[in-house]
Amino acid sequence: MNSALIFSGAFLAASVEMVEALTIVLAVGVTRGWRASLVGVGVGLLALAVVVGALGPSLVTYVPLNALRVVIGSLLLVFGLQWLRKAIMRATGRKALHDESLIYQREVAELEKDPIPLGFDWVAFTVSFKGIFLEGLEVAFIVLTFGANHGSYGLTLIAALAAAVIITSIGLLVRAPLSRVPENTIKFAVGLLLTSFGTFWTGEGVGVDWSLSDVTIPILIGVFALASFVLLRYMRPTTTKPVTRPEVITS
Amino acid sequence: MKYVRGFILFWWDFIVGDSVVLAVGTVATILLAFGLAHSAVSDAAQVVLPAAVLLTLTVALARRWS
Repeated sequence: MNSALIFSGAFLAASVEMVEALTIVLAVGVTRGWRASLVGVGVGLLALAVVVGALGPSLVTYVPLNALRVVIGSLLLVFGLQWLRKAIMRATGRKALHDESLIYQREVAELEKDPIPLGFDWVAFTVSFKGIFLEGLEVAFIVLTFGANHGSYGLTLIAALAAAVIITSIGLLVRAPLSRVPENTIKFAVGLLLTSFGTFWTGEGVGVDWSLSDVTIPILIGVFALASFVLLRYMRPTTTKPVTRPEVITS
Repeated sequence: MKYVRGFILFWWDFIVGDSVVLAVGTVATILLAFGLAHSAVSDAAQVVLPAAVLLTLTVALARRWS
């Protein structure tokens, strides 16, 4: 049960971030050419591997487990609550939906302003690198935190790799932003999972004695889901006021 | 200096984002859970902790709503 939930959480969270990274890389590749863009992707992945390799083992080896649980649990908690809050606001129309097509168009328009040089295109490299590295850091954060609490990184790494393979394959096939991915629904589910795991691990870290042990996790998911649906229903506007698209949401 | 500022801004955005209420509420929730877990009514912590998490979310949403 616990492993399945950890796998689902890591997979879904990684998928959302990878869709965002893919949108940036596709925009750069299509407008400025693929060579510098793919070099940026490669260097970004390398930098990520170094960060994960340096942080991963030291987390488990040198930091006491309870301190690790408090730090990781509270980060997951605040991260999960942020996603949940945004997902509820978007579902109720109080915040514009995260529109990958719009982000793609904005990226393309920005990139077309700069002339493409004859030599190596550093603009394409930098934008791709930043897209992969920053979105990848969020994936790495999920993989490391879930892995550290689960006791091994194998499961969460497989989940993130599976997400990478699936999202990249779809991106290569459609060669367009994945705007049909129901991102808000996925963010809602991931927000629930992160908040529940964060609550459980933080509790363990500060000394809360969960009387039902690991069974508490699905109970927390159920309670938070129910409460979120109540909040969602309560927050729905009684008079319809359509939300326009004033800006591109990038997080 | 530019990189230090960028580093701090990255972590601020990563942890706090656009809702200070969530960050402050999370810290308060953890402190409350710690206090309860080491008190005479330590069993209450397993109910109060999730309740405080939900309260934090509700307040963060209510502030945005109002």
